[in-house]
Parts: sequence; structure tokens; C-alpha cells
Amino acid sequence: MELLRHSPLEASHLALGAKLTNFAGWQMPIQYTSIMDEHAAVRNAVGVFDISHMGQFIVSGSGACAWLDGMLTNSVASLAVGEGQYTLLLNERGGVIDDLILYRWLEDTYFLVVNASKIDEDFTWLSQHLAAGVLLRNESDAWAGLAVQGPLAASLYQKIYPHELLPPRNGIHALASGEIVCRTGYTGEDGFEIFIPVGHAASVWQAMLDGGAKPCALGARDTLRLEMGYPLNGNDLSPDRTPLEAGLGFFCDLTKNDFIGREVLLQQKSEGLSVRLTAIETIEKGPPPRAHYPVLASDGTQLGELSSGVLSPTLMAGIGMAYLPTAFSKIGTSLFVEVRGKKIAAKVVKKPFLTSHRSQSTTPTPL
Amino acid sequence: MSTPADLYYATSHEWLRLENDIATIGISNHAQEELTDVVFVELPEIGRSVDAGDPTAVVESVKAASDIYAPIGGEVCGVNPEVSADPSLVNTDPYGSGWIFKLKVKNPAELSSLLDAEAYAKHIGH
Repeated sequence: MELLRHSPLEASHLALGAKLTNFAGWQMPIQYTSIMDEHAAVRNAVGVFDISHMGQFIVSGSGACAWLDGMLTNSVASLAVGEGQYTLLLNERGGVIDDLILYRWLEDTYFLVVNASKIDEDFTWLSQHLAAGVLLRNESDAWAGLAVQGPLAASLYQKIYPHELLPPRNGIHALASGEIVCRTGYTGEDGFEIFIPVGHAASVWQAMLDGGAKPCALGARDTLRLEMGYPLNGNDLSPDRTPLEAGLGFFCDLTKNDFIGREVLLQQKSEGLSVRLTAIETIEKGPPPRAHYPVLASDGTQLGELSSGVLSPTLMAGIGMAYLPTAFSKIGTSLFVEVRGKKIAAKVVKKPFLTSHRSQSTTPTPL
Repeated sequence: MSTPADLYYATSHEWLRLENDIATIGISNHAQEELTDVVFVELPEIGRSVDAGDPTAVVESVKAASDIYAPIGGEVCGVNPEVSADPSLVNTDPYGSGWIFKLKVKNPAELSSLLDAEAYAKHIGH
């Protein structure tokens, strides 16, 4: 039996009245007061999420860059010191093991933030493929993490850390006090993620709350990321789907020498994709779409099922994603989502769902 | 919010108000607090016959869909169009305008299987 793991901030969550849930083997808050209110705080002001469940690896050594470039889809060599990128770890079939953010922290030292549910699998996979001259460390137990997200996140940071730099978009910066700050997130808003040595996580969390950030939990994290069309590994990404099928080709550098899964991606690219992760919005009032609900063509034929689905708190419409045959993934295609035997009219839309955020590039952080 | 004394309660968190042979059914304040953010209510069809314990309506929050069970048997004789239009009434006024459906009671003896306010308060640990 595997024991449930606990965030170093759990006492604070309970004091704030959080409802807790088992997420990827961790006991984490699903909501404090209301997913709607927490969602709105991030869109309009600033919210703080406990992301202590996420994993951190450090890869170092003179061979680190070349080795990582052979393991991950995005171009590691293109990163300057202090920069980060969204990237994918693939199996030999081109399927997604995990999506993660890689930061070039120092000249030959990289900081990787991986999904909680994949820490062990990623670490085993990377260890099995390790090259000489490269050191890989799993530091997941040493770091707590907070995601501070929303239009007021940067000013909150400057208030708490008046003498520290807030790195530019996707950047990383180590604070004199020992925290690592990354200008990334999973909400579509400006903000940062701060990784804190476990021992003083509670004081940084409290500083964010005192500075006006609303405590936000996994429920709102899911509605926020889905409004942006960001995938969640385990729902929208899987070992049987390639990043091209998931619409993440932008994060796959097929021109670089070689990486695990590259041959499959090249072949898919030349042959064309048979399925694509498709963004779907309901166009009639009805129950919220949810993962695993069937997606039907306009003639009623089942095409697939939702990998994620939710009522968008911003749009107040049902939104979801599904792997559908390419012929049905064209924007504007009429579909149905089936809910308890009833057909709800829907259509294929462009990602992100939130039109006001369509000018931003999509650089999600894994959950 | 206190637990109204004039209602019957099911352990599955529905309340029932009896007027003559018509029962009005909704969900308790405790239930709406647990669900939070009710965004959709699926109402039963008028005329449908249900037994005690049958899933009869669905209340959906952002995070989950929850079945609402008939606390006793009967025939659906009314539904609340207001909660269809504004599902948040289930959160803001669970014992009043947030009611969900009405049953024409088949067998009043079934009411004895339900809890009174005091027993329900104990059931939810208050």
C-alpha cells in the first residue's frame, strides 16, 4: 500500500477551510471556498496555489545539454542561461511520458519541473538512459512550490522581494534567500512559480496571503488551464498519443540531431495526422461536459471521448478537448457531446478557448 | 444556516416538505456547502413515477455531478424552473427558492424512514 503524501502547507490549508483530495498520491486542496471565486481571483487579481506535489530534478555536468537534447523534444541548446522552455519526454513510440518545464539555471545546470504523478516514472526513465558526464538528481522531496498567478502577481512579487529581480517570461532566477523563481504558470495569466526549500515554505506562503493573494486550489487550476487549452498529462496526454497529435508540435524541434521518439514524429509529419486533440465548446445550455463523455458527429456516430471537460467559469459555456479524426477537427465543425444519454450541441473552436488570451503564446506548465 | 425543524431529511442529504399529499424536495444546506458553485440542475420529467432511493434529478457543481434521490416514492408533479434558469439558487436559498422537484406521495408510511432535523444534524456531525 502506498501512503498518501502530504504538503508541508497542509496545516495552513485546513485552517483556511480547504477541502482536500487525493491527487497523484498527494493529499492536496481541491478548493478553499469556491472554484468560481478562486478562478476569478486569478483572472482579475492574484491567486496562490500550493504546487508542492510537483517534482524537481537537477541535471548537471558538461554533457548535460547534449544528453537532455537527446531525451526531450524542444531545443535545449537554444536556451541561454536563465531561460526556460516547455518540453516533452517521449517513449520510443513517440508517445508522451510527461510534459515538463526545463530551465537552464547555470551554464551546465538544468532545473526540471515535472508532474507529480510522473516523478518516479520520469526519474527511472531518465536514469536508465543516463550518459557519462551527466549527473541527475531527484530533489522533489527537498522543494515545496507555490504558483502565484494573475495580473497583480508581478507587483506582489516586488512588494515581497523588493531587492530581487523578477525574471522575464519563462525565465529562472535564484534568490539570495534560497528560493528559485520561474516566470511560468499554468493559467494563461502573468505570474511566477517559486520553489522553496521545504523548511521555510510556510513563511513564503503566508507572505503571499498577507500580500493579498487569494488561496486557490486544484479545482480552479484545472478550469484555468483548460480555458487556455493547456493539456493535463494523464487526461490529454498519454503514452499512446504523440505531441503532434496533441497539437504541441511547436515544442518539438524536429531539426535537431536526434531524440527519443523523433522518427515517429517525422513519419507522422510526412504522412499526416489521423487524429488531433480538438477543442470543443458547447453551443446550447446544458450540463457541463466532463472527461470521458462521448463526442459524436452531427449524424450521431461516436468519434471519441472528452479527455478533459469543464464549465468555463469565464465563458459560462462547456469546454473540453478530445482526440478526434482529423476530418472532424476543423474549426466550426458541428458535434455533439453526449451527457447521460442526451446530445448537447457543440462545435470545434480555436485554442485557447479564452479569446482575450489568444494573442499570448501557449507555454503551459505541467500540473 | 440552521436545519429547519419542519422538514424531513434523507441520509443522502435531500430534504422533504410535506403539504397534504405533495412533497417538495431539495438538497440540504450541508449538501450545497459540500458541492459549492452549483452550475446546472437536471430536472425530472413531470409524470415520472419514482421509488424511494431512485436517482431523480442531477445537481452539478464545477467539480462534479451528483444524483439527487427521491426520499420516498411518488409521481413527479412539479419541477422548479427557477433553478434551471439560475442554478445558484440551490446554494443561496437551499430550503426556499432552491427547491428542485415535487412528488405526489404514494405511501405516506415511507416518511417514517426519513430523519427529523435533530437526527439529520447529528448525521452530518453538527
